[in-house]
Amino acid sequence: MTTNSFYSKKVLDHFKNPRNFGKIENPDGVATVGNPICGDVMKIYIKVGKKNNKEYIDNIKFQTLGCGAAIATSSIATELVKGKSLDLARKITNRQIIVGLEGLPPVKIHCSLLATEAIKKAIDNYREKK
Amino acid sequence: MTKIYLDHAATTPLDPVVLRKMMPFLKDDFGNASSLHSWGQKARQAIENSRRQVANVLSCQNEEIVFTSCATEANNLALKGLIEATKGKHIIISPIEHHCILDTAKHLKKQGVKVTCLKTDKYGLISLKNLKDSILPETVLISIMYVNNEMGIIQPLLQIGKFIKEINKLRKAKGLPKIYFHTDAVQAIQYLDCDVNQLGVDFLSLSAHKFYGPKGVGALFVRKNTPLIRQQDGGGQEFGLRAGTENVAGIVGLGEAIKKVASQKQKTAKKLNKLSKYLIEGVLSSIEDVQLTGHPIKRAPHIISFVIKGVEGESLLLMLNEKGIGGSSGSACTSGSLQPSHVLTAIGIPPASSHGSLRLSLGKNTTKKEIDYVIKVLPGIVKHLRQMSPFS
Repeated sequence: MTTNSFYSKKVLDHFKNPRNFGKIENPDGVATVGNPICGDVMKIYIKVGKKNNKEYIDNIKFQTLGCGAAIATSSIATELVKGKSLDLARKITNRQIIVGLEGLPPVKIHCSLLATEAIKKAIDNYREKK
Repeated sequence: MTKIYLDHAATTPLDPVVLRKMMPFLKDDFGNASSLHSWGQKARQAIENSRRQVANVLSCQNEEIVFTSCATEANNLALKGLIEATKGKHIIISPIEHHCILDTAKHLKKQGVKVTCLKTDKYGLISLKNLKDSILPETVLISIMYVNNEMGIIQPLLQIGKFIKEINKLRKAKGLPKIYFHTDAVQAIQYLDCDVNQLGVDFLSLSAHKFYGPKGVGALFVRKNTPLIRQQDGGGQEFGLRAGTENVAGIVGLGEAIKKVASQKQKTAKKLNKLSKYLIEGVLSSIEDVQLTGHPIKRAPHIISFVIKGVEGESLLLMLNEKGIGGSSGSACTSGSLQPSHVLTAIGIPPASSHGSLRLSLGKNTTKKEIDYVIKVLPGIVKHLRQMSPFS
């Protein structure tokens, strides 16, 4: 693996081996968010399950057009919320994403906000449809 | 792992021959060139020898060369120094200049100097008509780069130089101030003719690390009798135009490097023109929705720039780096300011497209085998990134 002092190893790992990347056919919730600052676009699909009367994220996938940080934040955000209840998932913060990635360069912090926004909007989209 | 460096427009490796010539001045010959003793005089001799080497390549007089720390400093000195010396009120630049010209112009603007930024065509070329229309009675300087660092296009410097000469004759008759002509030739030195009299320039900036010399040293050609006030005060070094103890080893390196690239100019240009063409054709034929930016013919041999639809430049660079290839991009994501490349914006490429910009710049040691490898791996990387995109 080549080293890159700009990004942490964790960011590069998520960039190169993105988790939950792809599409869900007939998703329960979906959201596309764009970053007007740099032009990145992130799309999140969720499938909602029910356990003990509680709704949770049964499956989640993402598609991202963007920089290394945009892809890595999408990837880790999906990993962080998969299996979590919708209420808990909706509370994901960009801090959790940054910590999970062992840091982000300051100029890339906005990517982590984009990821949390995409997840919240996908959950809202599901709830609106209900 | 395969390692292919295709970012020579950013910087080039130091030539071992150049390093060898520099070494004595980093070790035993440490004298200060301003000292009268033998140590100092050895350094002085070395600097003057280097000045001669640069003057030879630019076809100018030795004392018309001022050594600086880099081209950024040379550009700052030319623009600010001329304005201060002439009390000029108007300058003309192009929108695809390097940031060190754009930001210096901005600085001058704050001080009350009027700045006109020319328009370019879709290739980035400026027109003489637009230039002519932009000239005001109070114009004192026109600064146009020789080769654009992002796209490799070559501006028509010869024609601009001739045109300014004609204009100046008329202005002299009318009692208007002379218009001086500056060019940032950082990307041109090693491949194009840089005879300052042919080009008709009054200032020309260059930087050693772009042509296999060391970093931290550049030079400004200042035509004799051109008004200029130094921007760094202190000792009387460099004919009183640039104070500060000379970077002797760096200056020696610059001289050796320019001498060497000048002697290999035609041969290297020919080789790289061929390789560039091969790379452009290879990329355009193997990837869909790719556009070559800059002019198809009026381009320097070493810089190639594409915009690739549906991918983002930084991701592309990271993936290329994984395959051992070093390139660069004008994508907003790769810039600290999150702004897309001003050069691509100037030629009318919308931010959504410049998002997918890729620049590959070749060097004298680039081989066809390396280009073949790039053509082999790039389509797969683009395909992968496009698959990841919500627009796939």
